[in-house]
Amino acid sequence: MLCVDQVTHRAGKKPLVDRVSANFESGQLNLVIGPNGAGKSTLIKLLSGQLRAEAGTIAYDSMDVRSMTYRELAKIRAVLSQNIEISFPLRVWEVVMMGRYPHFVGRPGAADERACEEVMRFFDVSDMADRDYLTLSGGEKQRVHFARVLAQIWFSVSGKSRYLFLDEPLTFLDIYYQFEFMGKLQELLKVGDLVVVGVVHDLNLAARFADSILLLHQGKVLACGSKAEVLTRENIQTAFRLEPALLRTDDGTMHLVFE
Amino acid sequence: MPAKPLASPYAGIIPILTIALVVIAAFSIRFGAVAIDFNEIASAVAKGWSAPDSLDLVERIFVEIRLPRALACIFVGASLAMGGVLMQALFRNPIVEPGLVGTSSGAAFGASLYFVLGAVLKFHAGPWTLPIAACLGGGAATACVFLISETAAVNRESTTGLLLIGIAVNALFLSGVGFLSYIARDPQARSITFWSLGTLSGANWRAVLVLGIATTVGLVIALRYARQLNALMMGEDEALYLGVHVGRLKLAIIAVNVMIVAVATSITGIISFVGLIVPHLLRLMRGSDNRFLLIGSVFLGAILLTLADIVARLVLKPAELPIGIVTSAVGAPVFIMLLRSRRYRF
Repeated sequence: MLCVDQVTHRAGKKPLVDRVSANFESGQLNLVIGPNGAGKSTLIKLLSGQLRAEAGTIAYDSMDVRSMTYRELAKIRAVLSQNIEISFPLRVWEVVMMGRYPHFVGRPGAADERACEEVMRFFDVSDMADRDYLTLSGGEKQRVHFARVLAQIWFSVSGKSRYLFLDEPLTFLDIYYQFEFMGKLQELLKVGDLVVVGVVHDLNLAARFADSILLLHQGKVLACGSKAEVLTRENIQTAFRLEPALLRTDDGTMHLVFE
Repeated sequence: MPAKPLASPYAGIIPILTIALVVIAAFSIRFGAVAIDFNEIASAVAKGWSAPDSLDLVERIFVEIRLPRALACIFVGASLAMGGVLMQALFRNPIVEPGLVGTSSGAAFGASLYFVLGAVLKFHAGPWTLPIAACLGGGAATACVFLISETAAVNRESTTGLLLIGIAVNALFLSGVGFLSYIARDPQARSITFWSLGTLSGANWRAVLVLGIATTVGLVIALRYARQLNALMMGEDEALYLGVHVGRLKLAIIAVNVMIVAVATSITGIISFVGLIVPHLLRLMRGSDNRFLLIGSVFLGAILLTLADIVARLVLKPAELPIGIVTSAVGAPVFIMLLRSRRYRF
């Protein structure tokens, strides 16, 4: 479990994340939503240990994130960023293997190669292994980075949870791969030791796939909990300044429609 | 179906480069104002080992001039090419070379300062004096470019911004070199002029020793950071997520680059384009793994500079051309070709 307690971070005087508290459970899909400038990306940076919070604590199980080195963190925590640019020619296999860097010194071991093979098969990018990364399309690159990021935390670590943070992972994907990726995430979550916190823009995607939602507004938690608790007309209107119509399809999935 | 590629894309290239280097170095030793054939080389080596005082003129040319020059050339080429790999990885930009980020001009300034003011400052550290002065100058100039590009309004990864900052800092330090050569008395001024052109004619065994130590130490340290530099290709955030202490990495890489490039520059003056083109050629051959690039650059840098040195000695035979003129004349057009190619995004 990831426990966030009264975390605050400022840029100058303006608080970007303001006394946020939340618990993110393992084995479920925790999504963070909110309008532009609500502090979603900053929250992900704080949670992943890239930024140090000015106040409050972030605990990985019982370990304070500040007490861990970058290397220790990297063995149990992976982050998928929005926009990764590489300006050098690399093979896809090499990019995925970068995910294993925290785990070996010198040359990659058998476990590292196995992790890469398995994760590439899982994300269906095996047949790209020998291709030049620079020649891939935006969506293909994104899928390669899914594989790389998951390779980093592919194996369970005894006594510790694994943590995966996603900052708008679906930006370059068409609707098919968006659904495919969310489905794969749900599959990965079945193992039970994985804590996933993801920022998504698309409210309907959150409504469909989230197990729990955190709604940020002006750096503060506006609502937190199940879909039904968070995705209310009032909350959405306060945060996004548009009034939604909430529809339910026969299978119970909620849809938000804006007019 | 195995995802893992069957063969490493990097297999086999280092042996080829090694053989090429040995062959080219052997030719380099032969050619010059006096041609020396391989029999004479063999006898010189034999005598040099057993009875160093009994060498004849040709043999002495070989042992005291040709051989140290060939070795110095190898180490300088290796250093400059390695510096290019390190700077390109650090700035995440494939058109950077040590000269562009100020290291070479700064080193030339530091060395010139020592030439003109060394006697006044009473600063002496044996054979290391000049390399130390060059390191200080090179470090100062590189730090300028790096700090300005980190804090400037322009995007750090934008090539244009970096180029402009590099041009400005280079101009500043080269104007310093110009000023020093203007106020210098004649013999000093002459060595400064030689420097700004780049030449291997000052190579001797002492220089080979200093260069050899700096290049080897630099390579060993740089290889330890090769994988972290790979992670840095994706950006500082991604490298950090992969457990890399980015601040420490940058400092270490800049320090290594300044050491190897400044030491090379202190002995030969400014030699451009080797550091730029060698990493490019290696990437075109195989790929961008920095471990491969570092080892490959040692060989290919040495090969290209040795070729340039052969040309420099043959064009105006029996006089010789400063090698920096050769590398710039060949390197600049290649650089323009690279800028036009679509393989890299700038």
